[in-house]
Amino acid sequence: MGKPEFYGEGLPGIDLSELRGKLIVLEGTDGVGRTTQVALLRSWLESNGHAVLDTGMTRSALAGRGLRQAKAGHTLDATTLAVFYATDFADRLENEMIPALRAGFVVLTDRYIYSLIARAIVRGADPGWIHDVYGFALVPDAIFYLRISIEDLIPRVLHSTGFDYWESGMDLRLGEDRYDSFVAYQSRILAQFDAMAAGYGFETLDASQSIEKLFESLQTRVEAVLTRK
Amino acid sequence: MKYPGKLIIVEGIDGSGKSTQLILLRQWLESEGYGAFFSEWNSSPIVRETTRRGKKQRMLTPTTFSLIHATDFADRTAHDILPPLKAGALVCADRYVYTAFARDVVRGVSSRWVRSLYRFAVKPDAAFYFRVSLDVAMKRILGGRDAIKYYEAGMDLGLAPTPEESFPIFQARIIQEYERMVGEFGLTVIDATGSIESQQAQMREYVKQNVLPGVKKMKVRRWVNLSSTVRGFRE
Repeated sequence: MGKPEFYGEGLPGIDLSELRGKLIVLEGTDGVGRTTQVALLRSWLESNGHAVLDTGMTRSALAGRGLRQAKAGHTLDATTLAVFYATDFADRLENEMIPALRAGFVVLTDRYIYSLIARAIVRGADPGWIHDVYGFALVPDAIFYLRISIEDLIPRVLHSTGFDYWESGMDLRLGEDRYDSFVAYQSRILAQFDAMAAGYGFETLDASQSIEKLFESLQTRVEAVLTRK
Repeated sequence: MKYPGKLIIVEGIDGSGKSTQLILLRQWLESEGYGAFFSEWNSSPIVRETTRRGKKQRMLTPTTFSLIHATDFADRTAHDILPPLKAGALVCADRYVYTAFARDVVRGVSSRWVRSLYRFAVKPDAAFYFRVSLDVAMKRILGGRDAIKYYEAGMDLGLAPTPEESFPIFQARIIQEYERMVGEFGLTVIDATGSIESQQAQMREYVKQNVLPGVKKMKVRRWVNLSSTVRGFRE
């Protein structure tokens, strides 16, 4: 990594100078095409000889299952959900990402703390608090923010997975139905991403362009990260 | 934020006698006509399975140990603590955020970070710290309990080869953290080597002076008393 550092106080017992790999983040809201791009980047990087770890949310060995169960029951309040997500994230950071970075991998992560921060703030968390909670996170080598307008997002989601309960923020009761709720919720999430972009140094990419075009511009940028010392 | 109810918490290492004292205090509060509810550490059903698996398989790091307990505590705040406080009742909590501050900092987590993590916690109206020497506490718990578990003994810190040897070293460090917090958070110290009766009397006096003024009594037990008069009802 360029010069590895934590956002805040960091994790106990981690020697940052051992981290030789690159941490690359793809962020953006639900349905924007992050997962597709991660898959494309992975096979491209591997064919160029890089070892790649790809990882995403609620997949941790520790908390992944508990989180999925808790979400299915819709019984967690906003603070509990926010800290549970942080637990899941910390487990993946310490047990997946950091070991891979130590081994010199390119770690491609589908979402990072920014999605978790945006969701928590939209659900009423104190922004200062949730930013501090994630003080243990590593500062990535690059954060690619796949940005889309709500107008471009709606037809995309409609044609793929449809309006999922959580992706529509139904727990927040923002609208009469799934559609209204989705629009209101995702607009708030997008506003949070936009608000974080400058402070965290997001590289913003237009996600309304074709998959191929977006992939090309990501390739150029990832290339630059890998050659950067 | 101010609630019509009040929060009373007890802290101290294992063997300090804090749980016994809290049970007695709650008994008294109820006999005085107050609504009093218990809340215990590690009690959230939603998080329990994750915590159990993490401990059993020893997959917790200092950071995830801290976060999973904070998740549990957040759920406990939402379900056990806030509703009674809003309804004007008394909540008696056995261990509170200070348990996390002590344990997590001994495990190497930043003390500033863990304090900020728990910023959502309700500030207690009375926080009792049961001060006891390590020797006294060890004598009290030895024999009377199951084998000491891995994380409970602080085995993840690599302080000693066996849980029996590690436990007292770990507890001694936790005592140091508690002592540091007495001034920081204004904990009310109870000498836990005194008689049970005198400790209880001190607690009741403190609560009477500092917690009960302004709290309304609740007639919550009447129906229980009625049903218990029906012969054979409980069997």
